[in-house]
Amino acid sequence: MKQKLVIIGNGMAPGRMLEYLFEADKDAYDVTIFNAEPRVNYNRLMLSPVLSGEKSYEDIITHDDQWYLDNNVTLHKGAMVSAVDTTARTVTSETGIEAAYDKLVIATGSNPFIVPMPGHDLNRVLVYRDLDDVDKMLAAAKDGGRAVVIGGGLLGLEAAAGLREQGMDVTVLHLMDTLMERQLDPAAGYLLEKAITDRGIDVITKANTKEIIGESGQVRAVRLDDGTLIEASIVVMAVGIRPSMSLAQSIGVECNRGIVVGDDMQTSIPSIYALGECVEHRGMCYGLVAPLYEMGKVLAENLLDKAAGYQGSQTATKLKVSGIDLYSAGDFADGPNREEIVLRDGSAGIYKRLVLEGGRIIGAVLYGETSDGPWFFDMLRKGIDVTEMRDTLIFGQAYQGGSPLDPTEAVAALADDAEICGCNGICKSMIVDTITELSLTSLDDVRAHTKASASCGTCTPLVENLLALTAGDRYSPNAITPVCKCTDLGHEDVRRAIKSMALKSIPEIMQVMEWKTSCGCAKCRPALNYYLICEWPGEYEDDGQSRYINERVHANIQKDGTYSVVPRMWGGLTNAKELRAIADAADKYDIKTVKVTGGQRIDLLGVKKEDLPSVWADLGKAGFVSGHAYAKGLRTVKTCVGSDWCRFGTQDSTGLGVKLERFLWGSWAPAKVKLAVSGCPRNCAESTCKDVGVICVDSGYEIHFAGAAGLDILGTEVLGQVKTEGEAIEYIAALIQMYREQGHYLERIYKWARRVGHDKIRNVIMDDAAEREALYLRFIKSQKYSQSDPWAERSAGKDAHEFTPLRNFTQEAAE
Amino acid sequence: MTGMSSEWTEVGKIQDIPKRGSRCIRLGEMTIALFRSADDRVYAMEDKCPHKNGPLSQGIVHDNCVTCPLHNWVISLETGLAQGADSGSVMTFPVKEEAGVLFLSLKAAKEVAA
Repeated sequence: MKQKLVIIGNGMAPGRMLEYLFEADKDAYDVTIFNAEPRVNYNRLMLSPVLSGEKSYEDIITHDDQWYLDNNVTLHKGAMVSAVDTTARTVTSETGIEAAYDKLVIATGSNPFIVPMPGHDLNRVLVYRDLDDVDKMLAAAKDGGRAVVIGGGLLGLEAAAGLREQGMDVTVLHLMDTLMERQLDPAAGYLLEKAITDRGIDVITKANTKEIIGESGQVRAVRLDDGTLIEASIVVMAVGIRPSMSLAQSIGVECNRGIVVGDDMQTSIPSIYALGECVEHRGMCYGLVAPLYEMGKVLAENLLDKAAGYQGSQTATKLKVSGIDLYSAGDFADGPNREEIVLRDGSAGIYKRLVLEGGRIIGAVLYGETSDGPWFFDMLRKGIDVTEMRDTLIFGQAYQGGSPLDPTEAVAALADDAEICGCNGICKSMIVDTITELSLTSLDDVRAHTKASASCGTCTPLVENLLALTAGDRYSPNAITPVCKCTDLGHEDVRRAIKSMALKSIPEIMQVMEWKTSCGCAKCRPALNYYLICEWPGEYEDDGQSRYINERVHANIQKDGTYSVVPRMWGGLTNAKELRAIADAADKYDIKTVKVTGGQRIDLLGVKKEDLPSVWADLGKAGFVSGHAYAKGLRTVKTCVGSDWCRFGTQDSTGLGVKLERFLWGSWAPAKVKLAVSGCPRNCAESTCKDVGVICVDSGYEIHFAGAAGLDILGTEVLGQVKTEGEAIEYIAALIQMYREQGHYLERIYKWARRVGHDKIRNVIMDDAAEREALYLRFIKSQKYSQSDPWAERSAGKDAHEFTPLRNFTQEAAE
Repeated sequence: MTGMSSEWTEVGKIQDIPKRGSRCIRLGEMTIALFRSADDRVYAMEDKCPHKNGPLSQGIVHDNCVTCPLHNWVISLETGLAQGADSGSVMTFPVKEEAGVLFLSLKAAKEVAA
């Protein structure tokens, strides 16, 4: 009979331990895990990117539910263990689940330390430890206001940067004189503080928090001991962690600062092991992932009765705030026999500091330029005598061989056993060997097979260089991203094939291009539908079932299942008759919310789906057509009042806006397209953050493109200047057609321009008259088939099935 | 409400539902969505995503799943279970087709609606 292994805790350390265990012997144990968190194993190192919005929870899952099934692991989610009977050898959870064990592993991790100051128990005083904490911070960030982060260490700064990304005002309170004082000297701490404040985060050092002030249980402010009062809608405590050992203590396991374990990871009670942040080994507690993984490996071997011993770890870490490079490794404390080598370059924002003892590196801090980190860390771990190169050591590896190396050569020069991925303890030769043996060609492959760069990801450039070095031409860093999971082909492959092979329907594309699913998915079908519309105007029949609901019913679905209706107001102009029709419709159909949009028109919100055709019919009588506020296509042309009214106006910007909108409306595109026309460089229509913008000047029209004011904020680039309105319209239509033909589905103009190059677009539109005209003519041809008002069609009966239930028993009963 | 006393209730014809599309049945407070797949199979489930109650009938139908229009959860039309990393389930109802006419078993629905 198999032995029973019970694990308390489901963090990264036991997760990795199980991987080692199953790799060596899949059938050695029946494994049961109790996880206090209600979820699977995920990568805690990546919480900061989740907080800043760069990643989602799904992106950071290490073991999904299938993994537990595949490995026959019983995972109890949301089951905090409350009792262990060491005589009967059973474990019981708060939720009443009991499990017997032959071997028990305690992996309870650590708890964030909460300073017991007045107000620490108020609502929205948070810590930063697990996904629930991130969710709470994200929820709080939605309400805006100011976040106060107590603690200016790694975790505190990552939390602050993430909350700032989420749009909150952020103040970091740090007790000491400078940030991260354990790693950085005051000058470097100042560099870091400046980089942090440059991101709009306030930093207060020497800040001794006296109390958190609340009002009806909610955080309102933080008071420092010098009386300073800082308003706060949330407080995040990031002052450190403590091993979580109360369960171990309660069953009589020896604990000191953490749960005491020997080199074999066994606690003072036989058959009970511990690993991770909860343990104390040779007097050390660890809070970084690399040592925990090493412990996992040792424990897995001991569980299989192979003698293995954990010898303690050297650790290196990087600050995971994008745009700030900080690397630290080893020990930086001052000591009698220690000397320092420091390099500062204030203007470049670079600081490097090495701590030497007995001719060997024992600590390294790099700020602003961290590429030599692995090299220093490698010498630190191996205890290499650096006396010979002491004079040039601080300049890095490149200086040791004479001429500076390019990044690939620098990686080539690393020793075979140099550590590349600190999180997972993967050295250079392991990566190179795996790439060679398995003929790997992509970063994802390397991650899957070696785990290198799969945790915090900061070693990704090194791994990419190794791939380039080892796989040579087989590795292409710009490998194609597939359209979706139904195919391995990218958007460009598909578009090219549609054109060259004259593919004219979605099933045909899927057949010829060997789609892996029978009828695609919600990602690829709308993309293919658009590509076909764009390539074969007038020939291809739009497939409504492959359109997202908003485009299928020509209105915007709202969270409660009702729709919003936005009629077109050409160039933002309206009149009394139109406004009266809107008012009448709002009354007649009981439309609760009427709102002016950012695109200079009016949104009617909360329309029942069944009412849509009648609302459109009523609006249509006043001359309204669909505003396509739902479309991946032309949305609005925003204008200012221009030379008709404005004393600064140089041209008739309103008139040009109306003409542009009349010419461009109805056109489908890879993503939405928003325009603006300003009558002078004061730019009241905000042309410089639009997909396409025009700024009128005395001598003509300056055309702008590729701006953004949504998820990304980006000023436009100038496309060029033209003299007449007619030219402006022609050049803009050609630009939009070029985008229609080249853009990947859902790729806005600014992303398309970034991908293909602004200059390339400029050269075609401004300098290649023949190509510009061809684009313009293709746009005109396409418009012939797209400029029919979808609202008029539907109020006349088209797609009636969309707007009526198949059967309404409620109504039948009432009648 | 005659016609609802027996287990199977006639609700309409299969050609009234677009292929890879959906139509709704209203039943008191409850809405039931009928889906027709590309290969003409018909499924019925409550028109309510387990995530945020999104109207699944408005989603894109692919293979034997529908993608919710609100936040892109993918729900199996066969089992009513959320696919992938999401978890949750939608109430499904037996539905049968005889000579192009669709019959829905509303037993479960009536119990819930009542």
